[in-house]
Amino acid sequence: MPQSVHVSKPLRMVLTTLVAIGLVVLLWEGYKWVGQQTGDQIPGTDIDLLVTTDDLTMPHAKDILGELVSDIRDGRNTLPMSLYLLKKAWFTLQEAAIGFFLGLVVGLTLAVLMLRWRVVERGLLPWINVSQTIPLIALAPIIVTWGRLNDMPDLFSISLIAAYLTFFPVAVSALRGLQSPDAADVELMRSYAASWRTTLFKLRLPAARAYLFPALKIAATLSVVGAIVGEISIGTKTGLGRAILEFAQRYAVFPERLYASVIGAAFLGLSVFGLITLVERMFVGRTGEAAT
Amino acid sequence: MNGAAVEVMGVEKVFGRGSEEEVTALSGVDLTIAPGEFVTLIGPSGCGKSTFLRLIGNLLEPTAGSVEVFGKSAHQARMDQDYGMVFQHAGLFDWRRVAANIELPLELRGWSKADRSDRSKEMLDLVKLPDFGGHYPRQLSGGMQQRVAIARALSFEPRLLLMDEPFGALDEMTREHMQGELLRIWHETGTTVVFVTHSISESAFLSNRVVVLSPRPGRIHSIVEIGLGERSEDTREDPRFFEASTEVREALRAVEDGS
Ligand SMILES: Nc1ncnc2c1ncn2[C@@H]1O[C@H](COP(=O)(O)OP(=O)(O)OP(=O)(O)O)[C@@H](O)[C@H]1O
Ligand SMILES: [Mg+2]
Repeated sequence: MPQSVHVSKPLRMVLTTLVAIGLVVLLWEGYKWVGQQTGDQIPGTDIDLLVTTDDLTMPHAKDILGELVSDIRDGRNTLPMSLYLLKKAWFTLQEAAIGFFLGLVVGLTLAVLMLRWRVVERGLLPWINVSQTIPLIALAPIIVTWGRLNDMPDLFSISLIAAYLTFFPVAVSALRGLQSPDAADVELMRSYAASWRTTLFKLRLPAARAYLFPALKIAATLSVVGAIVGEISIGTKTGLGRAILEFAQRYAVFPERLYASVIGAAFLGLSVFGLITLVERMFVGRTGEAAT
Repeated sequence: MNGAAVEVMGVEKVFGRGSEEEVTALSGVDLTIAPGEFVTLIGPSGCGKSTFLRLIGNLLEPTAGSVEVFGKSAHQARMDQDYGMVFQHAGLFDWRRVAANIELPLELRGWSKADRSDRSKEMLDLVKLPDFGGHYPRQLSGGMQQRVAIARALSFEPRLLLMDEPFGALDEMTREHMQGELLRIWHETGTTVVFVTHSISESAFLSNRVVVLSPRPGRIHSIVEIGLGERSEDTREDPRFFEASTEVREALRAVEDGS
């Protein structure tokens, strides 16, 4: 029997992350190594591998990670790639954050309206679903053009694009959460002669938290996606999306840089996800479930 | 003013009127309950007991007839927060600690924080859970949760306590214990209780009167007076208790036989 070692929760998270990264690197290098041995064919067959394994298509993991610490020019300065990406990510984060909060407010408002009036729910819910079938790439230029016509800064247009992605999971899950209390719980509030508003604040909103937070985590990562897609499709001067676009154009020369910027985007997505998880702990608190 | 706690006159309740699933849940129901009385409703499943209780509590409106509570309309009584309600399922809010659950109705009435906390302590003592105010509902057993629900219903001293199979989900021992507790509390507070149950012995043990309902449509079949006086645990072995139970059982048999 292996002795169980007590590891604190943050430390455990760091360790699992490191192990996960290690596994990805191992898979990446393993696949590359096999491809190099067989001339890009599945071993024992003459079927081509889906992705060729030369250094242009799949740079070595150590080169990609090395790229994160090597210098890059940023205007007049040179600075390490990781800092460069962090600077760009900061800009993207602002767009994403504004978009996230816009989406949160709009989503919650829609959910409360749909809760209050069944007609609104019947009329609105199908359109909320339809809204997500419109490709973002098609929508982004429209939003930006409108924005520029109204002298709106591009940053705000991009936030709108992010909000367009985030309001959806918020609205849908908040509505489910607000409707989640039992009929008996609602009757209890009625027996106290509680108004609709009081019932909303004392019963429905607290009950909705358990539904809302998983959706907020998705919404947070979606807001990053929205911001990056927004930057790429309207051509901003800065931001992670801009960096990705630039590195993509110069892929033939510096393939590692594109991969490094993708890692930067993933890092940003994970960070906002983690942030919401922390907020969740503060807001949902313990409800007496066994600690896991 | 006749001073009755509950006055039900010619009440009829039809669900889904005009639709294919139209159900007459109650028809021609008259009942008067005196202040401080403990009345149970018993009858076969689906005979309209819960509907009856909801009509008294103004969670439903009667199709015909009227319900008066303490001389006013049931709606007014609800607005005046005269009701304490306990359902089969404790229905505690699981994001609130036990004490905060008990304080919920007080919060809605605008009590100060200090008064609320004093009262919830008193109530926790009353239901014999003095050390559990800081727990969350999920950390309590079913019987303990039900006691918290009763404490919540009693916390603001409602004039009328409506209980729909509150002990239905409990094991026999806990159930008997809770019955004893409820009678003790009823004695101490002098509140009026309308109590729905499926259990013959429970109805005989608890109440002054047992109202036996017959189904389809729900009507009052008969009313059994229980003259047991003050109860104790010994009452359960008292021959008069068996007689009372037998009387309720026979009334229920008569209902099943359709006579
Ligand atoms: N909201 C409702 N809509 C339609 N029909 C209802 C509704 N509530 C109750 N009924 C019907 O009214 C009748 C009486 O129901 P009720 O719940 O009052 O019975 P009950 O005596 O409490 O039964 P049980 O002992 O099983 O709890 C049943 O036929 C039921 O189907
Ligand atoms: Mg019932």
